[in-house]
Amino acid sequence: MNAKKFFAKAYLWLVLLILYAPIAFIVIFSFTEAKSLGNWTGFSTQLYQNLFNGSMQNASGLLAAVKNTLIIALVASIVATILGTIAAIGIHHLAGRKKQTMTFLNNIPMINPDIITGVSLFLLFVFLGISQGYMTVILAHITFCTPYVVLNVMPKLRQLNPNIYEAALDLGATPAQALRKVLVPALRPGMVSGFILSFTMSLDDFAVTFFTRGTIGLDTLSTYIYADARKGGLTPELKPLMSIIFLIILVVLLVINIRQSKQQALNNKK
Amino acid sequence: MPYFIFLVLFVVLPLLLIVLYALQDGAGHFTLRNITKFFTDKDALSTFALSLEVAIENTLLCVLIGYPAAYILADNKLNRSAVTVVLFILPMWINALMRTLATAELFNMAGIPLGKGTLLFGMCYDYLPFMIYPIYNQLKKMDKSYAEAAQDLGATPGQVFRKVTLPLSMPGVWSGVMMVFMPTVSTFAISEFLTNNKIKLFGTIIQENINNSMWNYGAALSLVMLIIIGLTTLLQGGDQQEEVSGGLI
Repeated sequence: MNAKKFFAKAYLWLVLLILYAPIAFIVIFSFTEAKSLGNWTGFSTQLYQNLFNGSMQNASGLLAAVKNTLIIALVASIVATILGTIAAIGIHHLAGRKKQTMTFLNNIPMINPDIITGVSLFLLFVFLGISQGYMTVILAHITFCTPYVVLNVMPKLRQLNPNIYEAALDLGATPAQALRKVLVPALRPGMVSGFILSFTMSLDDFAVTFFTRGTIGLDTLSTYIYADARKGGLTPELKPLMSIIFLIILVVLLVINIRQSKQQALNNKK
Repeated sequence: MPYFIFLVLFVVLPLLLIVLYALQDGAGHFTLRNITKFFTDKDALSTFALSLEVAIENTLLCVLIGYPAAYILADNKLNRSAVTVVLFILPMWINALMRTLATAELFNMAGIPLGKGTLLFGMCYDYLPFMIYPIYNQLKKMDKSYAEAAQDLGATPGQVFRKVTLPLSMPGVWSGVMMVFMPTVSTFAISEFLTNNKIKLFGTIIQENINNSMWNYGAALSLVMLIIIGLTTLLQGGDQQEEVSGGLI
């Protein structure tokens, strides 16, 4: 039994080691000054300093890309969360064939690979004669994020006692009050995970942005990295930037999960 | 309801437009030439075949490496820490392009020439978490009493796994396959970086055509992909998706 456990652990750590090798590689080489990845010229925090003073090549380009990425992710995930929650409530109250149709339609963007979503939306904007830029990228991101919000809110709706909302109404709450005080708190965990999922998916997206950003020179971090790598020679300051992003994501995910498992442990005790 | 209109406008209509553009020439007249062009275009056909091959190999590799990992993660006796699970899904949240570039650099540093081998290993890095997570979820959801009952009735551990655990975890495996197979066929950028532009996959051809304003042919190639997606979804039964991505965190 112990040998089995040892091998199981060893296997997990081996896979983790392989998974994290490229990430560790970025983090390690963010602490040296060399231009190309994999070239160690002694420990230095110069790249971090450059990143924060903005004293590097094409600083404005990278900064704009980071700003665009954050704005697009924030707007798209907020809209997707609201739209997805309302949609989930609507779908929950449907029945039979209508519900099936909506669930099916809602699944399509999740099954489609990025490139199909990107190309199809590109054709839509061309077809409708909408000039592409900020607006179209945000719309595209809302399109692929919303289904995931619906997916995360639906289970909470199923757990919800349908009488609570009506009880609130009977006790004299207006529909708006009942929504705010009863429905939203009950759905909040699903909305939050839908929001976080949307935010990170938007942050990471490359293909959909690539096809819907038009020709006005709009860059997000992904498209910036792509263009940069194709020119040959990645901007060295991307290494510290990615390391910082990695650290933030790691902390956020760990905190959420530890809180969740504590909550579960608490619930189990009751 | 408003969301229905939203879905029709931003999901259904765009997909129909792929079909429409695929069946038109540049001037907007109906034609089948884009489709026949694909079937006579040696380059496109060989790229398509190669993409399918790479995608199948990558998916198999991900199942072979990912299933044991998911199995260990889901087993209470072997793994009790929730943090390990988070560590396995974490790479999904990190920019794939950056990870891919770093992987390519790692190969360069180790003196391994970029080519099909590095492409496969790099893709496996990128997609492994997407395979592990649905399988893990399915195994976690599974009612343990089935396996215990089989054991009580005299099945060996190997038999329990083959006859009970594995069949019950298949929906998770299928979801993982869907999340790995189609994206692999359609990646662009990733395959370019991992092979130094030596190997093109189907996604790259679509992207090149669209970017060079050959929308109609690009749409026809996308239509080919859409048909494959439709077929694989039908084969798999379609509605298993629902549970998979829910509660990714």
